[in-house]
Amino acid sequence: MLQTTLQSIRALLVFTVITGVAYPLAVTGISQAIFKDRANGSLIVKDDKVLGSRLIGQPFSDPRYFWSRPSGTSPQPYNGAASSGTNQGPTNPALKEAVEGRVKALRDAGGDAAKSIPVDLVTASGSGLDPHISPAAAEYQIARVAKTRSLPEAKVKELVERYTEGRQLGVLGEPRVNVLELNLALDAATK
Amino acid sequence: MISNILVQSGLYIVVLLALAKPLGEYMARVFQGERTFMTPVLGWLERFTYRASGVDPAKEMRWTEYAVVCLIFNLVGLVVVYAFQRLQHMLPLNPANLGAVSPDSSWNTAVSFATNTNWQGYGGESTMSYLTQMLALAVQNFVSAAVGIAVLIAMIRGFTRRSAQTIGNFWVDLTRTTIYVLLPLSFVLALALVSQGVVQTFGPYATAQTIEKVDYEEAKNGPDGKPLTDKEGKPVMEKKSTQEQTLPLGPAASQIAIKQIGTNGGGFFNVNSAHPYENPTPLSNFLEMISILLVSAALCITFGRMVGDVRQGWAILWAMSIVMIVLMAFAVWAEQYGNPMLAKAGADTTATAMSSGGNMEGKEVRFGIVNSAIWANVTTDASNGSVNAMHDSFTPLGGLVPMWNMQLGEVIFGGVGSGLYGMIMFVLIAVFVAGLMIGRTPEYLGKKLESFEMKMASIAILLPPLVCLIGAAVGVMAEAGRAGVANPGAHAFSEILYAFSSAGNNNGSAFGGLSANTPFYNSALGVAMLFARYPLIIAALAVAGSLAAKKTVPAGLGTLPTHTPLFVVLLIGTVLLVGALTFVPALALGPIVEHVQMLALK
Repeated sequence: MLQTTLQSIRALLVFTVITGVAYPLAVTGISQAIFKDRANGSLIVKDDKVLGSRLIGQPFSDPRYFWSRPSGTSPQPYNGAASSGTNQGPTNPALKEAVEGRVKALRDAGGDAAKSIPVDLVTASGSGLDPHISPAAAEYQIARVAKTRSLPEAKVKELVERYTEGRQLGVLGEPRVNVLELNLALDAATK
Repeated sequence: MISNILVQSGLYIVVLLALAKPLGEYMARVFQGERTFMTPVLGWLERFTYRASGVDPAKEMRWTEYAVVCLIFNLVGLVVVYAFQRLQHMLPLNPANLGAVSPDSSWNTAVSFATNTNWQGYGGESTMSYLTQMLALAVQNFVSAAVGIAVLIAMIRGFTRRSAQTIGNFWVDLTRTTIYVLLPLSFVLALALVSQGVVQTFGPYATAQTIEKVDYEEAKNGPDGKPLTDKEGKPVMEKKSTQEQTLPLGPAASQIAIKQIGTNGGGFFNVNSAHPYENPTPLSNFLEMISILLVSAALCITFGRMVGDVRQGWAILWAMSIVMIVLMAFAVWAEQYGNPMLAKAGADTTATAMSSGGNMEGKEVRFGIVNSAIWANVTTDASNGSVNAMHDSFTPLGGLVPMWNMQLGEVIFGGVGSGLYGMIMFVLIAVFVAGLMIGRTPEYLGKKLESFEMKMASIAILLPPLVCLIGAAVGVMAEAGRAGVANPGAHAFSEILYAFSSAGNNNGSAFGGLSANTPFYNSALGVAMLFARYPLIIAALAVAGSLAAKKTVPAGLGTLPTHTPLFVVLLIGTVLLVGALTFVPALALGPIVEHVQMLALK
């Protein structure tokens, strides 16, 4: 029994060195050498200032910007330090209230009241940090953004198309628009 | 839309089965001690491990010794994980200055990672230091997976050996699994994930200057650190605003790779593989989904090879695949059909080329409906439990499928090793039932099945449901259990049932709204996880010992062939019947009632 316990401690120590130290160090070393940008969070840096990450969404409420999806993080939306969904169940009255509130906010901000709104724009994402909206959700907002920025709709549409990604390798996942990159491009185009 | 579903799920299944075959054959060679192409690369590491641990790889063990060594090794691991969490504030590699984890949460997490469950009551980025993640959690990801596979290999030896007293050496099986299987697979996957954007660094969290300022309210804390309340007992809120966003980093890719490969599932970040830094692209998602089932599927092939009849392995793999495909299709349909409330509130839920429609609450746009529903199935088929969408926000029927997948005993692929030794228990029951029907002594792979094997199989099959149902019953009756639920009505019951189904089958996924980081849930779920793991390991090893001691009888005219489509159907029937009879009443009270309520709200 004692011998087995000692063997267990020694074996665990060996596995700790192999799988807990050598393995992550090796992966880190190679990653930092060949995927430096991605291994460090795919940051968007301008003039030495970190503006965000291409992979992490940010909250937008100004009608001049494309809005991201609702976020369930607390205390503030898109809190990178505490990723979270809302975990609201399908029959929870709080979910219904939240969705109705989001629909109203989008319509009040200048959305077309006759159109129903693409579902991803009024439901919270799983991570609370979703960087994307669907192309339909972007299209819904084009008129509002163009109007508040006094830009021609065709110009805004062109930008949306530039930041739309199709299915990866032609089959995987879903088409999507990166909201932060699109909004940064919009600001650059409006100046 | 339909073509999108068929293409993405079809591609998944084809790639999975295509990769399972070569990997299964490779593993058979590894476990039989044959030379492989990895021997020149890693052989020295295997020999070094034996020497440094002071074990004799040539020593054969009886099943009782194998079991004792296995349990002691697990106990040591459990104590170490507990200690790391309690002491992390005094140890290095803690750039976010996280404090010691509470005793009940540490106990829960230690059990969780030692049992290959990876139930997480805590949020990764706000609780665990880099050191704890690496030296405690990631190491258990490897060795708890290796323990499952070792027990399976010992059980297979029960079928291949004749009149033998021993079933192999635990240290050898553990070491070979870790070094020749888990380590190389994880290494390749980790680098592939980093290429997609999964973070891998020891640098501190980054801070971004966001475009817009965010105004929000936060509960105000008093000088004692507890939330302040006003005269009416409501929390005092404080207005704040910020233009900063914390971007949590860390050595995530290396840990995510093994969490998927080893069916562990514990996330580096709170929302697990829904987090863009854990799962940034559809391709990373596809690779992770393949990894979740890959080893469990391949082990069926390994089993067939080692018992000398590959058809036996394929029969089990087909039974698993058929159940998976049917339930997967059902879940995709349920999520795509969605929640009628959303459309009524003004949302467009139709699927088009520009939007995936359906029930998008709790799902990420890059994965959409199809990949979220496939993942929910895959992760609960395997006892993985990582998530890329919030199961709590699934439609009632979409959430029923992952719950039932777990309740079936984690044998549809199941955990690495544990899934197949669990499934072999069902095979023994199926053979026994068929033997009764045709009036012959039941035998499987040349071994006569007698009352000892049947008793062990019954214990292994009935214990997890017992833990789930008793646990859920205690959870709904106890004040502390009810206090944790986040949603009202039937869904609250589903949350509690899901938690105990997950812990009671070593899965680890959750209906995440449940506040489970409380002394009640941490202790109760910890006990459930222990019961779901170790009695089953002992039962599997006991069967192995008993079978190894028997002579092999040649197949005769009266032997039931166990590689035919007929047997596949019989096996599926056995699994589903036990699962349905045990759980339909409980499911009726949760998801099924809620489904009816959801439709009534239309």
